Parts: sequence; C-alpha cells; structure tokens
Amino acid sequence: MKKKDKKGFFMWSKHGLWIAAMLIVIILPFFFRSGFSRSMLSQIGIAIIFALSYNMLLGQAGLLSFGHAVFYGLGGFFTIHILNTVSNGVITIPLELLPLAGGFGAVIVGLVFGWLSTERAGTPFALISLGIGELIAASSLMFPSFFGGEQGISGDRMTVFALTGIRFGKQITIYYLIAFWAFLSIVLMYLLTQTPLGRLANAVRDNPERASFIGYNPHWVRTLQYALAAFFAGIAGGLFAVNYEIVTAETVGFIPSGNVLMMTYIGGVGHFFGPILGAVLVTFMQLSLANMTHAWLIYFGLLFIGMVIWAPSGIAGIIMLHEPVWKAKLMKRLIPSYALAVFPALILFLGTVMFIEISYHLSLSVDPTAPMHLFGIHFRAQSLFPWGITVFLILIGFGLLQRAIKRVRQSWGEVNLIMKKESS
Amino acid sequence: MSLPAVKLTDVYKSFGKSRIINRVNLEINTGERHAVIGPNGAGKSTLFNLISGFYPVSSGRIELKGREITNLSSHQINRRGLSRSFQVTNIFPKMSVFENIRCALLWTTGYRYSFWHLCGRLKRLNEKAEELLEKISMTERRHVPAGLLAYAEQRALEIGVTIAGDADVILLDEPTAGMSRSETERAVSLIREVTESKTLIMVEHDMSVVFDLADRISVLVYGEIITTDSPDNIRNNTRVQEAYLGKESA
Ligand SMILES: Nc1ncnc2c1ncn2[C@@H]1O[C@H](COP(=O)(O)OP(=O)(O)OP(=O)(O)O)[C@@H](O)[C@H]1O
Ligand SMILES: [Mg+2]
Repeated sequence: MKKKDKKGFFMWSKHGLWIAAMLIVIILPFFFRSGFSRSMLSQIGIAIIFALSYNMLLGQAGLLSFGHAVFYGLGGFFTIHILNTVSNGVITIPLELLPLAGGFGAVIVGLVFGWLSTERAGTPFALISLGIGELIAASSLMFPSFFGGEQGISGDRMTVFALTGIRFGKQITIYYLIAFWAFLSIVLMYLLTQTPLGRLANAVRDNPERASFIGYNPHWVRTLQYALAAFFAGIAGGLFAVNYEIVTAETVGFIPSGNVLMMTYIGGVGHFFGPILGAVLVTFMQLSLANMTHAWLIYFGLLFIGMVIWAPSGIAGIIMLHEPVWKAKLMKRLIPSYALAVFPALILFLGTVMFIEISYHLSLSVDPTAPMHLFGIHFRAQSLFPWGITVFLILIGFGLLQRAIKRVRQSWGEVNLIMKKESS
Repeated sequence: MSLPAVKLTDVYKSFGKSRIINRVNLEINTGERHAVIGPNGAGKSTLFNLISGFYPVSSGRIELKGREITNLSSHQINRRGLSRSFQVTNIFPKMSVFENIRCALLWTTGYRYSFWHLCGRLKRLNEKAEELLEKISMTERRHVPAGLLAYAEQRALEIGVTIAGDADVILLDEPTAGMSRSETERAVSLIREVTESKTLIMVEHDMSVVFDLADRISVLVYGEIITTDSPDNIRNNTRVQEAYLGKESA
C-alpha cells in the first residue's frame, strides 16, 4: 500500500516536472525585463537544444564529436537562405516553421557524414569529426555564395509572414518562438531515448559486439542517431538565424563545436537533463562573466578542467548522487559538512580570482602600470601587498578546504552505512 | 534428408602465421544438439567466431540452412536465424535485466531501427519480454543492472538474450563454465528447455553436461575435427581418450 502511494507520487512528480518547466519558461521573461536578459534567455533556449542534440552523440551513443557545430551552422545557413527566398516571394513558408529548414537540411548532411564517420566509435570517430569540421570550415571560404564570405548572410524576418499573425519584431516574441521550439525539441529528444533506436544507441555505446549479435548493425544505429542529432542541431541553428537575422561562417567552426562539448560535459552526459543545466550555466557565464572580466575564458577553462578532474559526471551527476540520500531522508546528515565547506571554498575562490585578475592585468591589459580595481578596491598590481594577500588566501583556503572535504567524506561514509543497513 | 542447419566445408583460419582452424568439415543436422569438445586452445571458440561471422574465414565455405553465409557480418548472420552466446559473459552491463531482454527482442519483433515507437507502449514486445524473464527465472531481478548480477545469473541472462530473437540455430560457448554443481544442473535444464525443437551447437568442458545434452559430439584438437560421433562411441573412442578425455582423467 505504502509502496503504491510512493509510485503515484513519483508519476506525478515526473509529469509535474514537465508542467513546471513549461510554466517557468512562460513566466521567465516577466522577471527578466531588460533587453540584455531577454536576449540571454533566447540564447539559452538555443543552447539547450544544441547541447541536448550533442548529448545524443556523446552521452547516448558514446560518440565524442569535435565538429557538431557543422550542423548548427549549416542549419543556420539553410534557414537564412530559405528566409531570403521567402522574402523574395519565391516560396511561402511561415516564419514560425523556418527552423525546420535548418533541421531538414542538417539531417541530410548528417546522414552522409554519419555514414562516413561512424563505422567505428572511439578515436576514429573523434578524428573524422575533426576532419569534417575542418572540411566545412574550409568550404566556407570556397563557397561565398552560400556562406556569404566575411560578412555572412543576413536576412530580415519582418518580411516573412507569420502563421500566428504575431509580428516578430521585439525580442520577447522571438523568445517565445525559441521557447516553443526548445520545449518541443526537449520533449522529442526525451521521447527518442525511449524508442528502439534510442535504446539501441545505448546498447551500441556499451557493447557494439553484442548489439550485432541481436540483429543490429552498429554502424547503421550510429548513423541514424547521428543524423537525428544533426536534425536538432539544425533546428538550433535555424533559431539562431531567426534570432540574429545573420549567420556567419564562424557558426560552423571549432569555437561553437568546442563550446557545445564543454556545455554538455559540464552539465553531465549521463542524465538526460544534464546538458540543459550545462547550457544554462555556460551561456549565462559567457554572457555575464564576459561583462565582468576580460579573463572570463580563464575561469571557464578552469571550471571545465575542474569538472573533468573532480566531477566527470557533471552537475547532473552530482545532483543525482544525492537522490538516494534524499529519498532516505538523510540529507540533514550531509548538509552540515557541506555548510562547513562553503567558507574555505569561498576563500580559495577569492584568492584564485585575485591571482587571475592581477596576473591578467599585469600581462595583458593596455596599461599594466595603471592602478586596477577589484571588489571596489583600487591598488597597483606591481606592489607586493596584494600578492601577499592572494597567496595567503589561496594557502589558507586550500588548507581549510582539505579539512572540510575530509568532513564531507566522513558524512558520506556514515550516510552510506545507514542506507546499506536499511536496504538489507 | 533435410538440409543441414550448419555446414562447414574445408574451413581454414589463420592468425598471422599460426593456423588455428585447419580444414574443418562439419555438418550439423537440423534439430540436433551438437557438442564441440577439445582441449584448451584447440580452436573451439574460434570455430564459433567463424560460424557467427565474428571473424572472416581464411578460406572455405560456411552455409546456414542451405544458404551461404561465408564472411557475412554478424548482424546479417543473426538475422538469418543464428544466435550465439560468448565464453566470457557478453551482455549490456549498464542496462537492467529487463532492458537487456527487451533490446534482444526488438529486431525480430519488427521494430528494428524505429524512432517513432515508444518501447514502453509496445504491448506485445513487453509481454514477450516478461515471458522470457519468467522462462529464465529472473522476473524478480528485472530492475537490477545486468553488470551487478551474480555470475550464474549473468550466464542465465546471456542465454535469455541469445534465444530472445527466436533464432533456430543457437551457439553456446561454455554456458556452464565456472558454475557450481547445482547451478550447472539448473543451467542444463534451462538450455534443454529453451533449445527445444531448435538446433544447438555448444562448446562445453563439463563432460557430464556434454553426455547429458548432446545427440552428437565433435572432437576438435589443434584446429582439426578428429571425429564426430554419438556420445557412446565418443566415450569408447581410443583416439579421443588419448587426445582429450585421457588427459582429463589423468
Ligand atoms: N583474435 C586472435 N588473434 C590471434 N590469435 C587468436 C585469436 N583468437 C584466438 N587465437 C588463438 O587461437 C587459439 C585457439 O583459441 P580458442 O579461443 O579458439 O580456443 P578454445 O578451444 O576456445 O580454448 P578454451 O577451451 O581455452 O576456450 C589460441 O591459441 C588463441 O591464442
Ligand atoms: Mg574457448
């Protein structure tokens, strides 16, 4: 009886999650009213689709691609060209459906490249994906009529009629268009994981040999999965085109390819929702950190390296680690040790920030002799005093953190022991 | 006389310079239970790898139910009705027991590469998976990730995965190796049950299992089949005793 209740609650919380997510997406722009934050929300929506599509490769099929932006960028170009064709009155497609042009274009290219690159997973695939990225980046210089050369291809979305009758001028209207496609894509990509192909993508990832002895050709499973991932990347690119009304060759390049890899990884590849968290966090960091500090790439790089070393299962992995503890109602045993770790972590963080900012000021700023300011304090980067504080903070923070981590480990040990006893 | 289920004609296999399978000729009758025995390193697993398309042959010809399958890839051979297990357990370790079985059912139930069906909603598929779970007595363990199962359970699951696709020729490579007496007995009765009216080829070291299950036995020594005969005749064959059985009892 009790078990059944729990199950009912679980079912509710499962669907409740989707409903809650939809509500949040709808009301979000009412809390973020500035142009900057609304355009950030739009970018986050696009990044979520892109990162989830990347995880169809990395997480679900075990394919580490260094060239996924090929489909993002091409999706953008297909969409902007179709948009311009529609503007010229050659064909009529409503604006709301234009991202599909990116998706369908990408899926065709994806089938070809997928077939070429997925005979083997692992290193061969990773290398071929790099080659494909190089190939498309090189073509972007060779075919200026498609890629638009230096200045890219631009369009005007206001010249395209809209099915809903909405005038897609203001950012908020585009936000809702992106939100709609993002929500639809998330649901579809989630459902895909439950299909025979989705299950077999996992199977082929874990044991391609066995998969071939239950009738499946691993190469073809990967190819289809790859093409579907390309489809959603193409949708994301299509939304990019509609959002910015310009697409340049940079979108097919290695920077967005590396970016989506890092977002997905930081979010966590082992759980469906991981890349969503990664896309939100990284896009937010990129936009807001870039405003705060010139050295933001260093922070981003540190975060990525730190995740790979200490939390390879990503943010989602860290969260899900706590699921059984939460269910066993034992979180209260972990929280005190976590709270104790916050303070040393902050000190270490402060020290690191000072170190990075001062070094950056010394080596890369326009005038290193000019006084710099940090946390509202002005000082000269050449004087010894700030360096002294930096080293002090780092050492103290590091030392205290070691002890705090020991405490955290202890609490985890206790919690695991209790859970083991309860389960047996 | 019906066609043989599997027929090997002058099959050779070399890795580099070493010849592992040396001119094997073998006919497995439809519906029989056939055991392949032989000392360690004789090439039994290699023979299975050739028949199931895991390795290409160096030369020779392999037929399945009268159709040539030489050097087809494993999934093509599997689709023609041949399925196998491995000497070292080979399942999907991260997936649950149920999910393992269900994946193994997908191809033959016709869903193939579908990305427009939801597995959870496919009633016939799930019922079949339940039945099979029941058959291998793993209903209770359905949610456990396969990699966390006990050894004997993993072997049982592997047999389940192997027979799920309803192939009519089944190859089992040492299905009872490493099992206790009682586990072996259970495995043997499971094998007997699930290969009813099918063709079974098995490699097995446990002689009691071999003499219990097999209709005929082939003896492989240094990549050559020295004889194929009924269990009684094999038991009394002096060459076999010298090459193999004698060594065991010594
Ligand atoms: N892929 C390979 N490359 C090179 N040599 C191989 C390969 N596979 C098998 N061999 C060699 O072929 C010989 C036969 O191996 P095989 O596994 O077929 O023997 P087996 O009869 O199954 O033995 P066991 O009873 O120990 O399982 C061994 O000497 C092995 O080293
Ligand atoms: Mg062997």
